[in-house]
Amino acid sequence: MTATQLREALSLQILAEPDPQRDVTGGYAGDLLSWVMGRAQSGDAWVTIMTNRNILAVASLADTACIVVAEDSAVEEDVVALATEKGINLYRSPLATFDLCCRIGSLLGV
Amino acid sequence: MSEPVKFHFDVAGDNFASAGEASVKVKKLLRQLNMDPETIRRVSIAMYEGEINMVIHGNGGSADVYLYPDRVKIVLADTGPGIADVSLAMQEGFSTAKDNVRALGFGAGMGLPNMKRYTDVMEIESEVGKGTTVTMEVFLPGKKPC
Repeated sequence: MTATQLREALSLQILAEPDPQRDVTGGYAGDLLSWVMGRAQSGDAWVTIMTNRNILAVASLADTACIVVAEDSAVEEDVVALATEKGINLYRSPLATFDLCCRIGSLLGV
Repeated sequence: MSEPVKFHFDVAGDNFASAGEASVKVKKLLRQLNMDPETIRRVSIAMYEGEINMVIHGNGGSADVYLYPDRVKIVLADTGPGIADVSLAMQEGFSTAKDNVRALGFGAGMGLPNMKRYTDVMEIESEVGKGTTVTMEVFLPGKKPC
């Protein structure tokens, strides 16, 4: 499933989508950046409520397929601009982390 | 043995806005060199964690990356306060980070353990009041000595 297909299936808000065809192969949830960095897998959809610009470095280096910001957590404009610049798909949803994970898991057949 | 290709970066202390820039640059460079994705991921993650540690604790410093035919070596050196008990610092969950750092999602006590997990060799030289130098090596697939 591509990032765009995931976004459409979950009705996610697009904050940045510079890599729409990126393959989503799994999911990970977490807000502690080092924890995410150490455990998220390449190709994961990463669900978090953390929105400072360091999430972009973590997503880039851990090579996640996209970031899904849960619970409509506020995202600064400069973070959105940087996501586009760094090629990171950044979405947002009013759903809570647990609900998002359930739905992502269902979509991916986990 | 042939001379390694070397990249040098300066890491600013206490600047979370630019934290991780050196690691992202290294990731790009390794991609341009067509290195395999898993090695790039391991090098990037280990270097980022070290870079963040330098920003949080070490008052910044230098990051040097050496590319050998069989491995990537990363040397991170700071002149910060040093680590009093390295074995304690290596334990998952142990952290001396302050609340403002934790609020950003750092300080989970996973930095050094992640660096160890993602590298083949990791050495820490630290002296309280002088600073810390972390040397890490990641071997390319099939190149790790037995």
